Amino acid sequence: MLQPQFASVPDVQERLGAVGYLTDTAIATTVFLADRLGKPLLVEGPAGVGKTELAKAVAAATGSELIRLQCYEGLDESRALYEWNYKKQLLRIQASKDDDSWDAIHDDVFAEEFLLSRPLLTAIRRTDPTVLLIDETDKADVEVEGLLLEVLSDFQVTIPELGTITASRRPLVFLTSNATRELSEALKRRCLYLHLDYPDAEREKAIVLRRVPEVAEQLAEQLVRTVRALRSLELKKSPSLAESIDWARTLVALGLDTLDEDAVKSTLGVVLKHASDHERAATQLKLN
Amino acid sequence: MSGLLEREIGFLDALRSAGLTVSLAEVLDATRAMGAVDLMAREEFRHALAACVLKRPAHRTTFDTLFDLWFPAATGDSLASSYDGLDELGDAEAGDEASPPDTAALRDLLRRLLLEGDEDKLRRFAREVVSGLGRADGQPGRQNWFSYRVLRQLSPETLMASLLEALLAGQERGGLAERVARQTVTERIRQFQEMVESEVRRRLAEDRGVEQLTKTAVHPLAEQVDFLRASRDDMAELRRQVFPLARRLATRLTARRRLGRSGRLDFRRTVRASLGTGGVPLVTHHRPHKPHKPELVVLCDVSGSVAGFAHFTLMLAYALSEQFTKVRAFAFIDTCDEVTRFFTPGGDVAEALSRMSSEAQLVWFDGHSDYGHSIETFAERYPDAVGPRTSLLILGDARNNYRATGAHTLRQLVQRSRHAYWLNPEPAAYWASGDSATAQYADVIDMVEVRNAVQLEEFVQRLLPV
Repeated sequence: MLQPQFASVPDVQERLGAVGYLTDTAIATTVFLADRLGKPLLVEGPAGVGKTELAKAVAAATGSELIRLQCYEGLDESRALYEWNYKKQLLRIQASKDDDSWDAIHDDVFAEEFLLSRPLLTAIRRTDPTVLLIDETDKADVEVEGLLLEVLSDFQVTIPELGTITASRRPLVFLTSNATRELSEALKRRCLYLHLDYPDAEREKAIVLRRVPEVAEQLAEQLVRTVRALRSLELKKSPSLAESIDWARTLVALGLDTLDEDAVKSTLGVVLKHASDHERAATQLKLN
Repeated sequence: MSGLLEREIGFLDALRSAGLTVSLAEVLDATRAMGAVDLMAREEFRHALAACVLKRPAHRTTFDTLFDLWFPAATGDSLASSYDGLDELGDAEAGDEASPPDTAALRDLLRRLLLEGDEDKLRRFAREVVSGLGRADGQPGRQNWFSYRVLRQLSPETLMASLLEALLAGQERGGLAERVARQTVTERIRQFQEMVESEVRRRLAEDRGVEQLTKTAVHPLAEQVDFLRASRDDMAELRRQVFPLARRLATRLTARRRLGRSGRLDFRRTVRASLGTGGVPLVTHHRPHKPHKPELVVLCDVSGSVAGFAHFTLMLAYALSEQFTKVRAFAFIDTCDEVTRFFTPGGDVAEALSRMSSEAQLVWFDGHSDYGHSIETFAERYPDAVGPRTSLLILGDARNNYRATGAHTLRQLVQRSRHAYWLNPEPAAYWASGDSATAQYADVIDMVEVRNAVQLEEFVQRLLPV
């Protein structure tokens, strides 16, 4: 059942690096453990630090297919797990001849053919390597967590009419969350936990250089330091890694090769998304 | 292996006594994880344990502190150093055991290391200086280790100016460049201080045993720090948590509202949905209830002792302002003034707070808390503030300097409002002692103990209606 894909922590680091995702020891170790122990991995952290990207990178590095379940308010079983294809069932019943017995129709109507498989079931039934990404788990309702418990602890799904379907090959599961609400203890206990925070200066610079190769190293260094200075202010929304990358792209597009006060002033909108943050940064960094 | 296992269990136990919940299932996971990673790679080992037992970012510091104690990177005096700069240092020390190490040379070395920003070298340096400078002989056969000895002699903060100079490398001072450089240097210095502190803890643990040190080494979590005892760092940390906290509360509230009974049948949607099931309305749809949104009036004591608490609560009230139809804030020390105008929607709350303390008319007589006069002024000047839809919150420790309490006026205010609560940041055990007028006020208004962010969160949850 368990078929680990990674040999060691450095192996994780290397292979994720090869597909363009630079890891630190924390990320690599946790991904390695999730793979080795066959446990789901809950990734929490501020928006834009690469939570979803991590799952995608792992899928790319292991050559697995990525199956994604995007959570939202009102997500329910029929859209996460499976659903019976009502209309097709109705058609089948209407098309049946009079001499068909009810038993025959009944068995026929609840067969594989009428089952609409949704992401969770699809991921469990696959026999090829799979990465299941359950994105923004905190946006879903509390009941969905209950639903996930069975799927994530035993990797099985019970369909009353068909019986229990058990995974023949465990998918590698990533759950992401922005921590807008506390997930239940039961769910957390079943998962390994990784808190992805803003990367340290070294890594952030490496990531920016990697994602925006046109940017000069000197400029990347300046940019990362400035972003870190911005993060140290008490802002409503601190700029995250995604904003650093956008900023680097902007600077490249504008053809700026040094980040002086004028450059910062004219491009601050790329990193700060609130008017009040803007003013605060401007006064604290003495841009006016 | 059994030794390692015992160590692990001891460590997890220490986490539990520091307030983390570590279930048996997590212990089993951690043990399995230890088998999977390379135990010689200490960082891998640390993160593997963290992945299994840590479930909240706020617990990270506690975890790291305890991990360094239970699984130290080295024991005893540090190994012979092999780094260029550190070599000189090692020689100097080995040469003459008795003479005190040369502080000037050490400071110079520290300056170079801070400028380079190489973490490994800095950590080795911290180890060296702690064994060189931090030791004090206590009782015979026992040694004491002090981080302040090290930090006082090296005083890394005083290196700031020269480090800034070097980092700026001729760029003009005062602008963006300086701010950025300053941030970098501060971060590195803080890193160094933490290294020294953790090194000292390690040496102490070797002397006294881990179990003993575990009890004292761990700081309480920010959300559990008492408002009245919070340091500046704690307050800054709390302020950073205001918006996440508000968002969490708001989401939880929406969830509760949705779970509550839904409203009248939505005929149109029900019929539309029934088309999918051949015209049979299998599922009925309902209109959502309109949530009831109260008006919030906050009356807060902003005098020195309780200012931190008032600020935090005000920030939270404003972060949650969309949950209320209206938020009005009044501040007082010995007289009362409306401060709502400083809090513009979407504005910067931290700045509003500083404007509030400099511009609002809060002092009338001597600048010592006077609840009686403040309450009278409030009732007199803003008679329309409290009405039947208002939730009135009063924040303060009720330490009235033995003045008149104005409890009678307060009773009238409470009767006029929909709800009224008094949030007191003092531990309930101290209420009604000394000049606290808690007893008089508690007769007329519900008084709630709100010592820390956790209690405040609980209270706000109760206050907000479904």
